[in-house]
Amino acid sequence: MEAFTTHTGTAVPLRRSNVDTDQIIPAVWLKQVSRTGFEKGLFAAWREDPTFVLNDPAYEGGSILVSGPDFGTGSSREHAVWALQQYGFRAVIAARFGDIFRNNSTKMGLLPVVLPGDKVEALQAAVEADPKLEITVDLGERQVRWADEVVAFEIDDYTRWRLMEGLDDIGLTLRHAEDIATYENGRQPWLPTTV
Amino acid sequence: MGRTLAEKVWEQHVVRRAEGEPDLLYIDLHLIHEVTSPQAFDGLRLAGRKVRRPDLTIATEDHNVPTVLGPISDPVSKTQVETLRKNAAEFGVRLHPMGDAGQGVVHIIGPQFGLTQPGMTIVCGDSHTSTHGAFGGIAFGIGTSEVEHVLATQTLPAYRPKTMAVEVNGELPAGVTAKDLILAIIAKIGTGGGQGHIIEYRGEAVRKLSMEGRMTVCNMSIEAGARAGMIAPDETTFAYLKGRPHAPEGEAWDQAVAYWKSLRTDDDAVFDQVVEIDATTLTPYVTWGTNPGQGLPLGETVPSPESFADPVARAAAERALEYMGLSAGTPLREIEVDTVFVGSCTNGRIEDLRSAAEILKGRQVKTRTLIVPGSMMVKLQAEQEGLHEVFKAAGAEWREAGCSMCLGMNPDTLQPGERSASTSNRNFEGRQGKGGRTHLVSPQVAAATAVTGRLTAPADL
Repeated sequence: MEAFTTHTGTAVPLRRSNVDTDQIIPAVWLKQVSRTGFEKGLFAAWREDPTFVLNDPAYEGGSILVSGPDFGTGSSREHAVWALQQYGFRAVIAARFGDIFRNNSTKMGLLPVVLPGDKVEALQAAVEADPKLEITVDLGERQVRWADEVVAFEIDDYTRWRLMEGLDDIGLTLRHAEDIATYENGRQPWLPTTV
Repeated sequence: MGRTLAEKVWEQHVVRRAEGEPDLLYIDLHLIHEVTSPQAFDGLRLAGRKVRRPDLTIATEDHNVPTVLGPISDPVSKTQVETLRKNAAEFGVRLHPMGDAGQGVVHIIGPQFGLTQPGMTIVCGDSHTSTHGAFGGIAFGIGTSEVEHVLATQTLPAYRPKTMAVEVNGELPAGVTAKDLILAIIAKIGTGGGQGHIIEYRGEAVRKLSMEGRMTVCNMSIEAGARAGMIAPDETTFAYLKGRPHAPEGEAWDQAVAYWKSLRTDDDAVFDQVVEIDATTLTPYVTWGTNPGQGLPLGETVPSPESFADPVARAAAERALEYMGLSAGTPLREIEVDTVFVGSCTNGRIEDLRSAAEILKGRQVKTRTLIVPGSMMVKLQAEQEGLHEVFKAAGAEWREAGCSMCLGMNPDTLQPGERSASTSNRNFEGRQGKGGRTHLVSPQVAAATAVTGRLTAPADL
C-alpha cells in the first residue's frame, strides 16, 4: 500500500450527497481482471455532462476530493478506490462515508477524512472562490489546513500508523499465524465445510 | 450487563485482541464470485501465498452470466468468468459454474446448501452479504484487499461495530411484505442511518417472517448504511436448516441447536441505538428517487423537493426527480413502467416467485417482465411446482439463474430513459443500465405492476 503522511494539493468540490460507488465507477468497468486503468471509468456517467465539476479546467490537477455527505455508499467494489487513486486523488473529505468504502480506502492508502458538515461546506466554498487554493491534509497532526483554517479530524491510532507506514495488512496478520492455528483447533465441531 | 446477539457472535470469533488494535476476527465462511476476486487471487500469486482454508471457501458465477441459455457473448465478461475458473482450480476452491445445478447468486446458494448457519461469521466481496445475517450470524461485505486477506489468513482485522436495534412492533397487515418493511425502515433511518452499526431486527413482525422474508430484510441492511443486519435464530431458522446438505446431523445437530438457542440478545443488554417501527400502519412501499432511502407508501404522491427541510436532502430530491423524469405531486400509482424485474439476492428465492405467480395466475402482463430465479435450485423447484408455466402463460420471460437486471453487468439491462419496477435493492442512477430509472418494489407489487403497466399493489387489481 502507498504510505500517506501529509499531502498538499488543490481540491475538487463535489456538491452532491449519497455519491454511491455505482457513480464512482459504473458496473460495466468492473469486468476488468487487472488493477489498473480504472481512472477512465471514474464518474463515467457524470463526466458525460460537460458541466460536471471534473470537466471544469479550473479544477484540473486537483488531488483532494471534497464531497457532500454519504460518499461511497452502496456496493463493496474496491474499484471505486482504485479509480479515484488512479485518477490522481490522494484524499477524500466528506461529513460521512459508507463503511465499506472507508475500509477499502484505508487498505489502499487513499485517505478518507471525516470533517463536520459545515467545515466541508466552508472548504467547498473556499475552493469554488479560489480553485488554486492549497490544502494540506496532515495525517500525522490529524488536521486539514487551508488559508487561515485549521480543522482537526479523527482517525484511530492503528489505522493512522498503518497508513503512515504504508503497511500491508496480510503481512501484519501473518505475524499471528500461531494464534490463528490455536483458534482453529478450538472451533465448534459442527461448523460446516464446503467440501 | 447482558450482551447483544452481535456481541455474542463477535466475541466467539476473536482470534486475538490487543490494546489499541482492531480485533483479529476468524471467518467461518468466505463466498467468492467472479467480479471482486481476480485481483485478490493475483495478489496471492504475487506473494507466493496459498488459500489458507479452501474448505471454508466456495465460489459461484453470478454477476456476469447471461440468463438465457448459451455462452457468454461479451468477451470481457467471458474473461472474468474464465479467470475465476482458473483461480478456483489453481487454489482448490469449490466452484459452481454456469450450467451447474448448484450455480446461482452467491447469497442465494449459501443458505440453500445449509452453509449459512446461526452464529457464523461470513464475508464476501459483495455488500449484500448482509443477507446471511438472517440466520443469526455476522455477515458483511468486503473489498478486494480484504478478500485477499481472508483467502490468505481466514481472518480479518476489524473493530466491532456499534449495535442498533430495529424493533418492529405489531404484525404486518395482510398484503404487506418483508420488502415493504425494509424499504420503510430505510426511508425512516436514511441511507447513512446505520453507518458503523450492526442492526438487529427484532419484534413480533420480524419473528413472524419466514426465512426468505428475513433474508430480504437483512439483505438491504447495507442500503441503510449498516455494516450488517441480523435476526436471532429460532424454530423457523432451525426448520429451514434441518436436512440441508451442509447442516449438521444427528448428535452434532442437537449440539448445534443447543448452542444456537443461546444466540439471542440478553434481556438486560443495551444497544447503542434503538429505532422503533409500527408494523401495523405499513402499506406497500415503493421508491421514487435514486437512493433506497427515497421511498414512500404506494398511496402517496411524488414529493416536492421543497418539502425537505434539510438543504442536502432537498438538493438530492431535486436531482433525483430530474433523473427519474418525475414531477412533484404525481400519484405514485400513475407512474408507468417499461420493464418489470423479479429476482436478485433480495427477492429471487422460491417464496418470492410463488407470490409473484399467485398474482400473475390467469392474468396477462402489459410490460416486458423478467422472472429470474436466484439459483438453479430455485429454478428447479419453481418448475416442479409449475410456476414457470404460470409465468409463461402470463407472457413473462422465465430465465436462467443469475444477478440479471439488478446491476447492469450482464445482458439484462434497461435502455436510457427506460423505467422499471424492480425487486432488486438499488435504485441508483444507471444501476440497471445507463440512463435507466428504477423503482424498488416487492415481488407482489412487481407482479401487479406487470399486469397494469403502472405501479400497482395487488389489492388494486
